Amino acid sequence: MPKKMENDLITLTIDGTKVKVKKGTTILEAAKQAGVDIPTLCFLKEINEVGDCRMCIVEVEGRRGFATSCIQMAEEGMIVHTHTPNVLEARRVILDLIISNHAKDCLTCTRSGNCELQALATKFNVQQIEYEGERAEHKIDDLSPSIVRDFNKCILCRRCVAACKKVQGIGAIDCINRGFESCISTVGDRSLNDVNCTFCGQCIEACPTGALHEKESIDDVWIKLKDPETVVIVQTAPAVRVALGEEFGMPIGTNVTGKMVTALKRLGFDKVFDTNTGADFTIMEEANEFIKRFTKENHLPMITSCSPGWVKYIEMNYPELLPHLSSCKSPHQMFGALIKTYYAEKEGIDPKNIYMVSVMPCIAKKFERQRPEMTNEGMDDVDNVITTRELSRMIKQANIEFTKLEESTFDDPMGEATGAAAIFGTTGGVMEAALRTAQDTLTGQELDKINFEQVRGGEGIKKAIVTIAGKEIKVVAVSGLSHAKTILEEIKQGTADYQFVEIMACPGGCIMGGGQPIKSSKIRSEVDVRKLRADSLYSIDEKSTIRKSHENPIVKKIYLEYLGKPGSELAEKLLHTEYKAREKYSL
Amino acid sequence: MKTLEEIHQIRTQKRKELELRTNAKADTREKHILVCHGTGCTSSKSPQIIENFRAILAEKGITHVRVIQTGCFGLCAKGPIVIIRPEDTFYSNVKPEDCEEIIQTHILEGNRVERLLCKDVDGSKVNRLDELAFYQKQERRALKNCGLIDPENIDEYIAFDGYLALERILREGISPEEVIDIIKKSGLRGRGGAGFPTGKKWELTKINEADQKYVVCNADEGDPGAFMDRSILEGDPHAVLEAMIIAGYAIGATKGFIYVRAEYPIAVHRFQIAINQAREYGILGKEILESHFDFDVEIRLGAGAFVCGEETALLESIEGKRGQPRVKPPYPAEKGLWGKPTLINNVETLANIAQIILKGPEWFSSIGTEGSKGTKVFALGGNVNNIGLVEVPMGTTLREIVYDIGGGIPGGRDFKAAQTGGPSGGCIPKEHLDIPIDYESIKTIGSMMGSGGLIVMDDTKCMVSLAKFYLEFTVSESCGKCTPCRIGTKRMLELLEKLCSGEGTELDLYKLEKLAINIQKSSICGLGQSAPNPVISTMKYFREEFREHAIAKECKTAECKALAKITIDPEKCKGCGLCQKGCPVQAIDGEAREKRVINQDKCIKCGTCLVSCPFHAIS
Repeated sequence: MPKKMENDLITLTIDGTKVKVKKGTTILEAAKQAGVDIPTLCFLKEINEVGDCRMCIVEVEGRRGFATSCIQMAEEGMIVHTHTPNVLEARRVILDLIISNHAKDCLTCTRSGNCELQALATKFNVQQIEYEGERAEHKIDDLSPSIVRDFNKCILCRRCVAACKKVQGIGAIDCINRGFESCISTVGDRSLNDVNCTFCGQCIEACPTGALHEKESIDDVWIKLKDPETVVIVQTAPAVRVALGEEFGMPIGTNVTGKMVTALKRLGFDKVFDTNTGADFTIMEEANEFIKRFTKENHLPMITSCSPGWVKYIEMNYPELLPHLSSCKSPHQMFGALIKTYYAEKEGIDPKNIYMVSVMPCIAKKFERQRPEMTNEGMDDVDNVITTRELSRMIKQANIEFTKLEESTFDDPMGEATGAAAIFGTTGGVMEAALRTAQDTLTGQELDKINFEQVRGGEGIKKAIVTIAGKEIKVVAVSGLSHAKTILEEIKQGTADYQFVEIMACPGGCIMGGGQPIKSSKIRSEVDVRKLRADSLYSIDEKSTIRKSHENPIVKKIYLEYLGKPGSELAEKLLHTEYKAREKYSL
Repeated sequence: MKTLEEIHQIRTQKRKELELRTNAKADTREKHILVCHGTGCTSSKSPQIIENFRAILAEKGITHVRVIQTGCFGLCAKGPIVIIRPEDTFYSNVKPEDCEEIIQTHILEGNRVERLLCKDVDGSKVNRLDELAFYQKQERRALKNCGLIDPENIDEYIAFDGYLALERILREGISPEEVIDIIKKSGLRGRGGAGFPTGKKWELTKINEADQKYVVCNADEGDPGAFMDRSILEGDPHAVLEAMIIAGYAIGATKGFIYVRAEYPIAVHRFQIAINQAREYGILGKEILESHFDFDVEIRLGAGAFVCGEETALLESIEGKRGQPRVKPPYPAEKGLWGKPTLINNVETLANIAQIILKGPEWFSSIGTEGSKGTKVFALGGNVNNIGLVEVPMGTTLREIVYDIGGGIPGGRDFKAAQTGGPSGGCIPKEHLDIPIDYESIKTIGSMMGSGGLIVMDDTKCMVSLAKFYLEFTVSESCGKCTPCRIGTKRMLELLEKLCSGEGTELDLYKLEKLAINIQKSSICGLGQSAPNPVISTMKYFREEFREHAIAKECKTAECKALAKITIDPEKCKGCGLCQKGCPVQAIDGEAREKRVINQDKCIKCGTCLVSCPFHAIS
């Protein structure tokens, strides 16, 4: 080891085990390296490091009182004890107090089995609450189309607050009142539906208990599936296939496309299609729109519009920049529109009898689906949006043993998609897919360059310069709304020198969406969930025979037979939309 | 902007003018009528008194008498207080309508208004302020200008050596290290409650290099019944301002904030006047007193959250965030306001600084105990005759404070306990009356110095109710950040409520103690860590009383109504039957002319019989 690095190391003893850790490591992290898993509740690595819940307290020899291991630093020579009788008693009392103010209805809780509080109660074998007392009663807020808040289950860890404020830069929620009356709420204690929430759902992903969850809508799907009159068609977003398996105990990022399709068929969907096909249409339209704007230098940079949380964000916060937003609908909306027009016509189905279900990694899609612009001839493009988590529940309720399923493929003809569409699910993916098509269109050639590595990776803002047909195009891929804000400010100040921006609301893109399987704080601090899921998508792309959207045969066919060319009048009608300034707070 | 020369002139000239304030034999025809304009006296109409005096003087064309508003004299129970100098006549409980008589009799006729002279606890009339037993054992240092000067007039502060310490430091080239050394040598410790050595704190903040450092004065006095800091700010704001500037010089800060509760409007008003005047005189701002040192101060108002008195919550609040504590370390000396090294001192601590610089550290440490030097200001309240503000040398016994200074307990009742440190402190029982009060000794008996609230309780007070009272306070003042304080204190309160309503059990006593200890150990900040103190100390000294509540379901003081037992003393009962007639639930047994007995099963403790008995036989 180089000498300099050696100097940066410190040695400490945790529960009798000596460990060497880098300076600036917390006691909690150091303990992990010593094989000691100190319990936590409010801790969420790099997001919420505040020491509020007090579960992680430990004793440090020579120090008065307990140390807060999740935020206090390991020091040279420190001797730490994580389970002395004193610590254990205090930890039990704290856990007892938290549970005493928690709705203990685990049997009817969506997070049962994946609840960090429940896990701790099991660990400490809590059989009876010693300090029972008054419980703060809260009304359930289920007015929004996306999120349900039940603060009877809230433990005030404030992970959601940090996710909203620190990660997303929104601050729709924060703590109101004081002491025992404290609770997480919004401006004026309004419903989430009436404030500046974007419905990104990062709060749900952060919540250790069942206080926050998606607004479930699988009941309607069950009913439609049993209705012989209705043709129930399902489409699945790219990010779903690399996360669904996690709900069945499979390793994070496992690609379960084949099993997922089989499961959907077994559930009784009449047709199982791929949103990826829709994504290829999005690329066709978006690349076309970009080339037009780029050559005319009209409203540059152009910004992508696939992420409904992001779209709601710009509508509420930067309405003056809306002309920069691509007019393209998101892939599943485009796809829904094509199913109820082109496909229905072709198959001779009355589109009124089609029930279009989208399985999405996203809860903002539930809101997007209801937007009045997302209709054609009075019909909704998409009739229901369910999340990855909801689909897993349907599969479980249908008694399907998911891991044992055979693999099958999407139905024809709308099940054919490219590698370019697959990577839509990760930050930088839409950009990369668009560049693949834009370069071929601008040069008029089939170029071999396919990968655009500069826009891959987990950073919130990735800037790159690509040269296409001798022209330099500056592009930016952004994920996470706080980063979006940085870019929007640059555009507003006039310092933006780039022409094309991809923005996804969730940090890491759709694979980390608010409808994806929820990972505990422990997993999130030990594993790079985003990378595992993203790698899986890139692997699907690598293995695809067709990796450019404009080479997708069904895409070509539909343009030839039905839409004409990208940007045609019919394409504009079906595949494009408009935006409006939106009030942050409604009274 | 005043030149140094001009400030010197003001000092000399004003000092002469104000000689009659301190010298009873001053050779002058002039008189100064000093009227307390602190919060206490203000609420009993002292501003009206000042106005009346001025109007009458103007009307009568009297020009040799001036009316001066001052800060608190300390003996708040006797307010509004009016003192006439140089003769030092002390009038108490003065009403606006008394002004005419005072002017006529005292000023014009040269006779004292006998009926308004202050009476001591023994009933004797006191002619002069210092004759009162209340002042005999006091040593007013932090309060030296309170009641002496007009706090809204910088010249009066300057007259009594104000800003002289600062001038010496800046003009005589006393280095920041030397200043810190003087404070360290003095042995001054933080008066906010924890007692951290002040010089050491300055040093720790100084050694942290940064492009910006801050001095913060913590004036978020929140203990129920405490008003030491308020009185200092109201009576002598410039002393605190001067100390902040000196502290800034010593640690290398150019910016200061004072965090004051918005509920202290007079203090806020006066401090703002002090800041404005100091800026005008070139004592705040750029190149202070013709030196190369810059420093400025801003006021930040607190919204009355108790937790904002906790230094890190206070910093959050100044930064415009929700007032919630931060986990320490890092301490503010390292990362404070906006992440910069920050020195936080309490008002009373700062009020001592200038005098230490002027008179030397030995002067300061000449009184006090080994570990606690100087004096401490207490807000004396509760069941004591002389309610008010007292400043005593460290090491004064509780007995001296309660009986000599406080004049004992009203009605000659017995002392039961005193609560120091407010909701963070504990009670001191009778057996420790002779304990010399300083940081260490008070801790060894399970209480804490705290910021200086001192509530005396007589034998009619129930200690379980007392603990409950303080827990009610903590529960409503908890910020809600950490679990033990947010939910734990609520559960403690619920257990105490059970005990007071007769539903408690012996197991509850065990649960209460266990919870108390764990909250103490695992809460983030001082508020949570000390919230159980009132319970722990009352359970330590009055365990039997807790057991009576839990097991015998009895509250001997009858404060816990549900546990109170109303009985008829057979010795005193004459068998008149009036109580029986009035009882709404027929709970009193006994035939005509017989002694009556209360049927405890039926009694609803409404108290009707207590009032109806002509022989005071029922209690």
